[in-house]
Amino acid sequence: MSAVAATSSHLPWMWLVSRGSGLVLLLLFTAVFVLGISTRLGSSSKAMPRFAVAELHRTLALFAVAMLILHVATAILDPYVSIGWWATILPFTSHYRPLALGLGTLAVDLGAAVLLTSLARRRLGHRRWRVVHWLAYLAWPLAFMHSVSAGGDMGIWWVAALVWGSASAVAVAVGARVLAAVRGDGVSRRSIPAPPAHRCLGTARIGGG
Amino acid sequence: MVSGRLLSDSAKSCAEAADVRRILTDGGAGPEGLAAHLERHGALASNRLSSAWRVAMVRETERAGLLGRGGAAFPTGEKMRAVLSETRQPVVIGNATEGEPASMKDRVLLAQAPHLVLDGATIAADIVMACEVIMVVHRDVRPMVDYAVDERLQMGVDRVPIRVVTASERFVAGEASAAVNWVDRGRPVPLGKPPRMSERGVGGRPTLVQNVETLAHLALLCRHGSQWYRQIGTPEEPGSMLVTLIGSVARPGVHEVAIGTPVSDILALGGGLSAPLQALLVGGYFGSWLPSDTTIALPFSALGLGVGLGAGLIVAFPAGACGVTETARLARYLASQSAGQCGPCKFGLPAIAQELEALAEGRPARMADLDRWLAEIDGRGACSHPDGVARQILTALEVFHDEVVQHEEGWCTASGEDFVLPLPTGKSR
Amino acid sequence: MYGLRGGLRTSTPNWEVSMSNPVRLRVDRIACDGRGLCAELLPELVKLDDWGYPIIAECIVPASLEELARDTVDICPKLALWLEKTNAEMTIDR
Repeated sequence: MSAVAATSSHLPWMWLVSRGSGLVLLLLFTAVFVLGISTRLGSSSKAMPRFAVAELHRTLALFAVAMLILHVATAILDPYVSIGWWATILPFTSHYRPLALGLGTLAVDLGAAVLLTSLARRRLGHRRWRVVHWLAYLAWPLAFMHSVSAGGDMGIWWVAALVWGSASAVAVAVGARVLAAVRGDGVSRRSIPAPPAHRCLGTARIGGG
Repeated sequence: MVSGRLLSDSAKSCAEAADVRRILTDGGAGPEGLAAHLERHGALASNRLSSAWRVAMVRETERAGLLGRGGAAFPTGEKMRAVLSETRQPVVIGNATEGEPASMKDRVLLAQAPHLVLDGATIAADIVMACEVIMVVHRDVRPMVDYAVDERLQMGVDRVPIRVVTASERFVAGEASAAVNWVDRGRPVPLGKPPRMSERGVGGRPTLVQNVETLAHLALLCRHGSQWYRQIGTPEEPGSMLVTLIGSVARPGVHEVAIGTPVSDILALGGGLSAPLQALLVGGYFGSWLPSDTTIALPFSALGLGVGLGAGLIVAFPAGACGVTETARLARYLASQSAGQCGPCKFGLPAIAQELEALAEGRPARMADLDRWLAEIDGRGACSHPDGVARQILTALEVFHDEVVQHEEGWCTASGEDFVLPLPTGKSR
Repeated sequence: MYGLRGGLRTSTPNWEVSMSNPVRLRVDRIACDGRGLCAELLPELVKLDDWGYPIIAECIVPASLEELARDTVDICPKLALWLEKTNAEMTIDR
């Protein structure tokens, strides 16, 4: 550990990688979130059919897992601050800035539940999968708050722009979802006008006869 | 155009149109009490716990060719075998939901001979070694069934407890999985996906769902054997059946006839036609319309010919009524009765009803779309509700072809005042 | 599409279907919500009706489409599709 400390004291690359991957992770997570909502709500187009949106959602989610591993590993292994490996799964138990990091840990815990149930969705059945998947609505804000409090780069203008841009995208997506739920159906149907309440048809003499 | 099957000479000598009285009583003063029932039919065999008896009964049921009387005409013996092949202890459901508004046979049967039905239920329970019998009955006949069950309880007739449940009044509630769903969860809608009720039904147990008329026949089969059972009816479809005869006949009501009886003979049982016949609706509101010159015998099950007597409804549709309007009314009712679980039925049926209503009122109707939708809904629901609606309307458009053309041109030659087909008003539970 | 998916063995009977077993594409009509992903991915076998619900060909899934059919089953957001093993009787070509 001390040898690593010696080499990294000049170039805190682990810390840089952790911060950089954190930002990328937020963007990925945002994309995954928005794509997930789009699968449900978005109308199909030739360029981006619904199955493509769904597949992209899954692909990016898995990519985000890889990025997450990188983000967490570099944060833990970085000798500059002491976090403790248990803080990766137990929220608010880190030595260093427990609240800010704890939010991230909580987000990871929820995200892990979503991921694992998605991998096992056929076995679990649609209802159980769906209930857990809604935790994503909680996971994203936690990840966002972690980014803002633990990230430390919000002073850089383009970082702040990306972070707040992500928040806007998520806000719009959630708004659309809520609107669709209120309206009753997220998927459009060719509308058939409802029949009048009571129509007397009779043996109508509608012309001659 | 449906071509019926002619009776062969040998079958004709077996079939007796009039005075078949196996399961129905003479009517008269109320339901048959336990004592009167035992006097008419004799007691049940007492050795009903042995496996030899069970094996023999299943074989007799198969030899007799007993078919379900709920509309699907599924072989009863096969159903019993399916339930017996499961490991968990099964449940028997006696189904008298009678969701079909025009049909009355199940209610009349229970109002006249509840003990015969309950005999059949208890026999079925003994055959499949069930732990419980659940009678799901239309609310009109709940008191009779309760009373009969009470009588039996006091006399200790049945080995297995019998529970009585009032059925839902929805059209689809009589479907086997809907009845199970109603008993289990209070939701009278079909379950749709596999497994079948004979594998997993009430409380996860294999469930033998039988129409009450089927149970009544089973009760007699147990006493008299398959040879006796096959004495009337046709070789392919032996036995007697109940028909509900309504419309323009002198005496609408429920009659028991040998299977294979010509339609004209059945109409005669109802006192003959009270008005010239325009068409016939057979099977149920999910059945088939037939032209008025159908006088030959209809098969019981719809296999092969595509039309059968099924749940035993026969509507004599008089010449003065408007077939197009009645079909539109039926379509709207059936659309409202969709369980609403499957898109093609939930959206397709109202669309079909809407076009038919337009046609009935002489407004422009999208006939090409109507034809397409009718073809498309077939087989695309979790139960056979859309299939039945499609079949009924397609046959209606065929039988009332001339009237359809007239309506398309904006006029209608009907003269009658009242509607022929009875439909319930207001919301059903 | 993902090795991860293929590597996860589930207890659902018809999930892993070998190429030599004839199968048909089936839908649970109650679970189906008319989302339409199946018709996008497998237009050879699935068309949509006027309300967005699938009309599925009754025939056996041709061998050339079997991989795509499995992906279609996987992509359904309501888990309403499955591949049913069948005898090689219905070979109606659509």
